[in-house]
Order: sequence, then structure tokens, then C-alpha cells
Amino acid sequence: MVSRGLKRLYTFLMFLFIYAPIVVLIIFSFNNARTRGTWSGFTLKWYAELFRDKEVLTALYYTILVAILSAIISTIIGTIAAIGIYGMTKVRRKIILNLNYLPVLNPDIVTAVSLMTLFRFLRIEFGFITLLLSHITFCIPYVILSILPKLRQMNKHLAEAAMDLGATPFYALRKVIIPEIKPGIVTGALLAFTLSIDDFVISFFNKGPGVSNISITVYSMARRGINPVINALSALMFTGLIILLLIINSRSSKSIGERGDII
Amino acid sequence: MRMKWTSYPYILWMIIFIVVPLALILLYSFTVGEEGGITNLRFSLDNFRRFLDPKYLDVLWISINLALKSTLITMVLGYPLAMIIAKEKPKKRNVMILLLVIPMWMNFLLRTYAWLTLLGKNGFINYIITKLGFAPLNLIYNDRAVLLGMVYNFLPFMVLPIYSVLVKIDKSLIEAAEDLGANKFEVFSKVTFPLSIPGIITGITMVFMPAVSTFVISRLLGGGQYMLIGNLVEQQYLWVGDWHFGSAISIIMMAFILVTMAITAKFDNQKEGGGGLW
Amino acid sequence: MKKNIKLFITLGLILMVGILSTACGEDKPTINVYNWGDYVDPDVIREFEEEFGVKVNYDTFATNEDMYVSIKKGGTSYDVVFPSDYMIERMIEEGLLEKLNKDNIPNLANIDERFLDLEFDPNNEYSVPYMWGTVGIVYNKNMVDDVVDSWDILWNEKYEGQILMLDSQRDSIGVALKKLGYSMNTRNLEELEEAKEELIKQKPLVYAYVGDEVKDLMVAEEAALAVVWSGEAIAIGRENDNVEFAIPKEGTNLWFDCMVIPKNAKNKELAEEFINFMNRPEIAARNTEYVGYSTANIKALEYLPDYIRNSSVAYPSDEELQNVEIFKDPKDFLSVYDEIWVEVKAQR
Repeated sequence: MVSRGLKRLYTFLMFLFIYAPIVVLIIFSFNNARTRGTWSGFTLKWYAELFRDKEVLTALYYTILVAILSAIISTIIGTIAAIGIYGMTKVRRKIILNLNYLPVLNPDIVTAVSLMTLFRFLRIEFGFITLLLSHITFCIPYVILSILPKLRQMNKHLAEAAMDLGATPFYALRKVIIPEIKPGIVTGALLAFTLSIDDFVISFFNKGPGVSNISITVYSMARRGINPVINALSALMFTGLIILLLIINSRSSKSIGERGDII
Repeated sequence: MRMKWTSYPYILWMIIFIVVPLALILLYSFTVGEEGGITNLRFSLDNFRRFLDPKYLDVLWISINLALKSTLITMVLGYPLAMIIAKEKPKKRNVMILLLVIPMWMNFLLRTYAWLTLLGKNGFINYIITKLGFAPLNLIYNDRAVLLGMVYNFLPFMVLPIYSVLVKIDKSLIEAAEDLGANKFEVFSKVTFPLSIPGIITGITMVFMPAVSTFVISRLLGGGQYMLIGNLVEQQYLWVGDWHFGSAISIIMMAFILVTMAITAKFDNQKEGGGGLW
Repeated sequence: MKKNIKLFITLGLILMVGILSTACGEDKPTINVYNWGDYVDPDVIREFEEEFGVKVNYDTFATNEDMYVSIKKGGTSYDVVFPSDYMIERMIEEGLLEKLNKDNIPNLANIDERFLDLEFDPNNEYSVPYMWGTVGIVYNKNMVDDVVDSWDILWNEKYEGQILMLDSQRDSIGVALKKLGYSMNTRNLEELEEAKEELIKQKPLVYAYVGDEVKDLMVAEEAALAVVWSGEAIAIGRENDNVEFAIPKEGTNLWFDCMVIPKNAKNKELAEEFINFMNRPEIAARNTEYVGYSTANIKALEYLPDYIRNSSVAYPSDEELQNVEIFKDPKDFLSVYDEIWVEVKAQR
């Protein structure tokens, strides 16, 4: 059938469009020449240079540190907040949820400058703390949004039953509620982690001297021109990502991607 | 079980890090004077009045124009893709969705940087073009490059919501339409498409919003020739230091986007739906 | 559930260790240096760290304007900053700078007298000159067949899409003013308006407005002509033999970048130590060789390779410097510059 072939071709072209730049980037990380177009032999020197580059390594360190910390903190705050929000009266819940939506709906740059204004207003020194606080702030709403649907699916009477049977509220929380909403918590934590790793705009406005992340470093390197070290970095990050995905996939053979909410 | 007290830490957090910052921006946008202390501020509408100057309205218009174009292109490119994926068998379509999502997990800056190396005058694309015997083209630092950067970065944001709606459409509806004699085109225009509108609307907002506020793509692929609304905010905050005007622009941008959202939400049936946006 | 708690605890422990180890690393005294991108030899910084047992956080800015905003608004405390002449004038006036204790900077004696006691900082109470230079045009002689001796060539339609301008409002507006034969420090609104029209007229010909990437673009021969600060021309020339530098006959800008200490510096003594270190002749020479700009340190000259010392790009003759102007702080005209730049940038 013609249309079948056409569909195949279209899908192929779209995926080519999506992957070609990344593949070219990775191939050229092994290119001996600094200039971008021509191939002049295989080399690993850009990788060696990457691992000597103090700027990139510090940025990488802060990126991962901030991502892990903000994922953990925002997941903890977000989880208990979601449970609390779930127990609220309708009107209050609506107000809180709408406020919670603000950082999600607002353009990043508005969140970024508003936080920068706040930190300057409070005279907090820009650096690791401001970076972390701003990351936690934009991560929590996503955690809450991924946990709330799970709470709604949960049988309301489960926790009550547990407490009727003599469980303390904390015990009920630990033994009944949290296991029920665990998939939501995991999604939220993963989401927070990836959002934090990927963020540029909010970090760009709220970093301090000596503290930056990969996005900011790439931005400032890209503004200095083409640099094969960035290619090497992309190649490593891409491979790291694939490995991470394979691990996650093998751990939970559960099909991710059933719905569109796996970003 | 009512445990609303557990949300109090977050409510406090929200007040400090979401409400107060926005209130500060709102305050600055309606005042002039040194930002240092509140006492030096005077009420003024100058910042908004200044934005009405044609040169700033131009900036707004160019940003909206580029964002609309990129939204349209991602929709035209993304809808068929979403449809093709949705029609595949579950196993295959999960793989395809995963393939679509993987690049999004890679750093946004790196994805944009990739195009920088491809599009340059001596870049990879021109290398191939010249190898094929054609004259090299001017690919970078123009409208097309910025549009391309937006489409490339935001395409998955369009495909995923459309896909997730399409995949949920009840197959029996389509079969019923076919049984009643509808041809393929009619099935699409009368059944599939109307049912997928919520997905399209989510997709539109998810592409339009980051596209209209970006300042990175326009800076890197536009060669500094672009003053989009995002660049204007960046310029006011980091280069000029006029936070009052910068705040006013942020407020305008925010209002614009929230209003757009409110309008699109009217079309969207999923009220208070958690994963709706994602 | 148990598993999860364990996981959390281990993660937490790893983090604690991570944080502690960095915290220990920061026991050393630290100074924050705020400089232009690629404006110091990284090895020099490393050497300073080793010699004095300190840590240097090196942060960069792209133009005087963004540097000024981050100093002015506070929130970050830098110890040594490298602004240019007119910006130093403004910062002194606004009380943003700390007076230097010259006893701690004996190497001040190595500075060429010509660069001391300049108008923006009489007696050098606040600043020590680092580099100086001019603004001119670099061009690729294989791509440009006209004589490059005037700013007019940047408006020549023959070179459409091959011209790079500086993404710096002060410099680009300055170029347009000089092309028109006006002063770069004009306070005449009509002249500035004309300069704006010139820049708008020029925009379709411009390939991009760039900062540090100019080097890469010119080396890769992506553009034919570029407005650059003189030192970039040397750096580009080192990597591409086809590139030449010219100072237009209408005159240009002469600038000085100096080291200063902001008011809110946390470690003033160490900052002065750093400034002194940077002015050791061999250190200054290494920086000069690395960045390509012209050093203000006269003792450093003898350590420099001949091609730099004898370069007319880096060390132009007095004759070539006849027509130059030093920027002055535009003061109340600042907003005019800002608005002109927005309008040029927003032009389609």
C-alpha cells in the first residue's frame, strides 16, 4: 500500500530530523579538526580536554548535586503537601492548586527574574543556596501534580480503616497512603530530577560566582564559538542518558510511555 | 482522613518563593525609584506607558509572530506523527514514544548548540551542499534558523499531548463511523480530529509558551540580531538594570500567557486534571 | 517500603559526604574575580592559587554594562573586577569602588606612565591598568578586495551577510558616530539619532552581532569583516594568516581595562595581592601573550615574543593614535543608548 510506505517514510524523516543533529554532534566529537565541517581523522583528545576542563567539571558537579538535592527535598515537601492538599476543603484546595500552577504556567524567565528579585530584596548572597532554593521552588509543583491523581485514585476509606483498627495517623501514612501513591512519588522525583538537570533560564539568573551548571557552561562556551569539547560532553551525556534509561527499563518492565506523562 | 496540616510547610514555602516574588515584580512594575528599599519607590504607570512605544510593541509582535509560526509548524509536522504512532501496536508505539522523548532528556542547550554546528557557513549541512556541487547557503543567524531551533526543541511538546488523546479514542467510534459509510477523510474530519482537539490545545500552549518567552534560541541561532520579548526582559534585568521596566514587561508577558491559558482552558475538558499539562 | 527508607538514607549519606567534602575544600580563603571572557591565562590563575594557597572563583561578563548591573545591584560580592575607563568613572562617582592601598601593590611601579593618572581616575586611587587597545576592523584579505581604511566599508552592500558587529551598544553606536564624523562621546541627541539610523540601515548587511565568538567566526572564515577590539585581531591572526587589522581613518576608540576592587569585596587584602601578582612582569607578559591585547605593564614588554612586541596592531604608533577618543561616562544619556540599541535590535 502506498500510504503505508508514505507513513513509514514520514516517520523515518521525522526521527531523522530529531536524531540527526545529535548523531552529527557525537560523530564530530571524535573529529581531529577544530573547524566544524570537515573530517580530519579520529581523535579522543576532546574527551581528554573535557576531563581536564575545571569549568566543565565544576559545573557538572553542581548540576548533579543540585539535581539530587532538589529532587529529594522537593519530593519530600511535595509528597506531604499533596497529602495535605488532598485533605483540604474544596475552596482552599482550589486556591492552593492555582498558586501551585503558577510556576508551571509562568514562562521560565518570569519565575527566574521574580526569584532573582526576591533574593536581591532579601540580600541573600547569590551562589549555591540561591540556585538550590530556586530549583526546589520550580520542582515542587510538578511533584504535587504527579502525586495528586494517585491520591484521587486511592480508596478514601483505606486510611480511615487503618486508623479504626488502631493505627496512628503517622503509621497509617507510612503503611497505607505512601505505598498507595508510590508510583506518583517516583514519577514526581524523576520529573524533578530531570527538570533540574535540564534547567537553564532559572539557573542563569540565580547562580553565583564559582557556581554554575552544565546549561550555563554550555551557553557561555557556545557564545565563545564552536568548541568540540561541548560535542564530547554531549556524547557523554547522551550515552549516560541511554544507560540510565536501560537501567530504569530493566528494573521496571512496566511500560512507560503508556500515556504522555513521562517527560 | 484530614491531614491538611501537612501542607503547611509547603504553603509557607509557596508564600515566600512564589507569592512574594511575584508580588515584588508587580510592585516594581507600578513604581519608579531605587529598588533598594520600599520607601524610595513612587507609584507610576511610566513603565507600562513606555512599553506602548512602537519599538517595544514591535518586539512583542515579532515574538508572538515567531512563536505562532513555530507553533503552526510543529502542529503540521507533529499531528501526522502523533497519528501514525497512535495507530501502531502498543509495544511498537511505546518504543516510538520513548525515542521521541529521549532527546528531550538531553540538555536543551546542547540540542540548540547542535544546530549551531550544523547550520554555520562552514557547518555540516553546507559541507554536504558544497560536496554535492552547490553554492553554500546562508542558513544561520536569520528567521529560519530561529524557527528551526524552536520547532526542533518543542516538537515533542506537540506530539505527546496529541498522541495521548488519540490513543485514548474509542476504536468502536471509528468503526461505527466506517460502518455507517464514512470514508477515511470523513472519519478523520468528523471523528478523529474533533476528538483530538483537547490534545491539540494542550500542545499549542506547550509550544507557544516557551517559544514566545525564549531568549536562548534567539541569541544563539539568531546571532544577536533578535530582540524578542525574552531577550528584552534579560536585557533590562542583566544589562540595563532597569528592574521597573523589566518587571513591567514580565507582568505583561505573564498576563498575556495566563489569559491565553484561561482561554484555552475553556476548550479543555480536563478540569483540575493533574497530568494535563505534562 | 523498608528498601526505600534504606535507599533514602544511603542517598542522604552520600550527599552529606559530598557536601562536607566540598565544604572542607572551601576552607581556603577565596576571592571572586570578575573578568571579561578569555581575558587571562588560566594557568596564571592556577599559579596564584598554588602560591598563595587560596581558591579563585573566576566569573566572566560580556560587556561593561552587564558587569555594572551585577555590581550595582549587589547580591554577589566580587573582589577583583576588570571594567573599562568610562565605567570606572561611573563606578567611582557612584561610590561602588574601594580605594586601593598602594603599599600592597608595589608592582604598580611596573605600569607605563602613559597609562597612569588618566582622566577617569586621577592618581589611580581606585584602578590599576591591565590592558589597553583600540577598536578596529579585522578583515579577511581573500574575501575583501577593497582597501579597508574607513568605517564606510561596513556599510558597503557588496559585503552583505559577511559583516560582524559587536554586540555591545556603546561600541556599535560609537562606530556609527565615528563614521558620521561625530564624537563618540557626543551629547547631541540629533547626532545620536543619525547614528541610530545608520545602524538600522546597516542591519540587513550584518551577519550577526557577536561577542567573544567573533574569534571563532573569523578564524573559520565565516565572515569577511568584523569590528573587534584590537587584541582579538592578534588572537585571530595567530590562527588564520589571511586576516588583517585596520584602524579606520575617521578615528576610533582608545580604551583601558583596569583592575578595581568593589566596595563590598570580602577579601580586600587578597584582592590587592592578586592585583600585585598580575603585575609581575613575567605574569603580565604571559597574560598578554595569551589574550593578545596590549599590556599596560612596561616591564612585561621584554618578556614578550617579538611578533607581539613589534606588532602595530597591539602597539600602534603615536601617529595612528592621533585620532582616538576615550569613552566618557554617558551619565544621563545612558537610557538614550539603551533605547537606540533596542530599536536597532528590534528592527526587521
